[in-house]
Amino acid sequence: MGQLQPLEGNLAVAEAMRQINPDVVAAYPITPSTEIVQTFANFVADGEVDTNFVAVESEHSAMSACTAAAAAGGRVMNVTSANGLALMWEILYITASLRQPVILTVVNRALSGNINIHCDHSDTMGARDAGWIQIYGENVQECYDNLIQAVAIGERMDVRLPVMSCLDGFLVSHSYEMLEVEDDAAVRDWVGPYQPNQPLLDVENPYTMGPLDLYDFYIEHKRSQWEAYPAAKQAVIEEGKRFGETFGRTYGLMETPGLDDADIAVVAMSSAAGTAKDVVDKLRAEGVKAGLLKLRCFRPFPAEEIVAALAGCQAVCVMDRAASFGAGSGPLFHEIAAAMYTAGQTIPLNNVIYGLGGRMVRPAEIEAVYRGLIEIADTGKVEQVCTWLGVRE
Amino acid sequence: MRVYPPDAKWHEMADAGVIPQAGNAEEYDVSGWRSTHPVRDDECCIQCLFCWVYCPDNSVIVKDQQVVAFDPMHCKGCGICAQVCPKDCITMQPGGDMPEQQD
Repeated sequence: MGQLQPLEGNLAVAEAMRQINPDVVAAYPITPSTEIVQTFANFVADGEVDTNFVAVESEHSAMSACTAAAAAGGRVMNVTSANGLALMWEILYITASLRQPVILTVVNRALSGNINIHCDHSDTMGARDAGWIQIYGENVQECYDNLIQAVAIGERMDVRLPVMSCLDGFLVSHSYEMLEVEDDAAVRDWVGPYQPNQPLLDVENPYTMGPLDLYDFYIEHKRSQWEAYPAAKQAVIEEGKRFGETFGRTYGLMETPGLDDADIAVVAMSSAAGTAKDVVDKLRAEGVKAGLLKLRCFRPFPAEEIVAALAGCQAVCVMDRAASFGAGSGPLFHEIAAAMYTAGQTIPLNNVIYGLGGRMVRPAEIEAVYRGLIEIADTGKVEQVCTWLGVRE
Repeated sequence: MRVYPPDAKWHEMADAGVIPQAGNAEEYDVSGWRSTHPVRDDECCIQCLFCWVYCPDNSVIVKDQQVVAFDPMHCKGCGICAQVCPKDCITMQPGGDMPEQQD
């Protein structure tokens, strides 16, 4: 049982970073994540961490420096949002393919056009092919807990992949909530010392990293990288269990309140899933068998577990806080639809795009989604696969 | 020397696309890449070593702090040595052939 404290998401993340005490942080500020790096820079200035803090000139430089520092053998962390993540896009692929466990906190914010500093998932969803593990936190406790677990997950020898720990911009990053902050020594012992794989600074065992790789070998190397993701999924499960054994809060790939015997279900991620939990409680009290699949681990995508969790439902709505323009629906919907179809499931599935650019999603709106599912369950028909929630039309 | 045969399978190779050898670019012959090659006038040369400093391919051979030759295996004929020579002692001649390196 940690010490109860009121912190906002950003400060909780900074606190976890202080306790983890990474070797290197190379980061650049961007709203709404700036405060994390700013607070951490104060820890550096006050000598509370041993971290080598590199103030770089852009997010592209930040992730480049982080990847190199990790390859050298350091435990490395970074922080960004939205267009900052977009600016480091090419490096994200490199970090993952070089199997460097850089730990990146992403405070989810809308990618520009138009410029908007508020919450949606377009940033990390846009990076879903880069090969990073992605874990989404619902609230302040989770963004603190997830970051600590991210270190253990990414650094496992059978994983060695970079990890994005995601939290909703402003909604969680700037909201004060009570959370249990664990003891410094307990966190340090739980993550343990970093055992880098083949650090470049080990000059006794030199090798070549990042050579040119032509058509005769590139695809074999990508196939090799592909192999790491089942192990990554196991790591998310196992480290979530181990975290629970030490700190009393256990985590996994997802949460499934009310889903066991649910007729209708919504799939959602991050803070909106928290809102949906209240809606489920209200509907259950009215005798409606509603359930929620709150997806925590988006990458690797736990297709089997999602299909199993939804198998008993008669209608499901996937809520996307990002749109995939030109695709006709959102990214989470695509992946779930593919998983369900290839598993032979024919449960009516629909998609709601919501909350872009920080548009608030109210309990009444999520309740309306469930009411719509009741009708779909009755008729077995989905009138419109994808609709937008809360847009003035 | 090749680390992996051309038919190496994906699971037979090191992770992360690394080559489990250091500095093996030294074994790679790029002489076929040249269409011009450097020629140095030994009498003009003041042994300032600028060409050695600036060569991007480590192809200026220096012995006892004196430029003695260019490396025919690794020179790509880029002409930077000729550009930076303060005495214009190096000229780029057409063709890729260069004298064999004598030790």
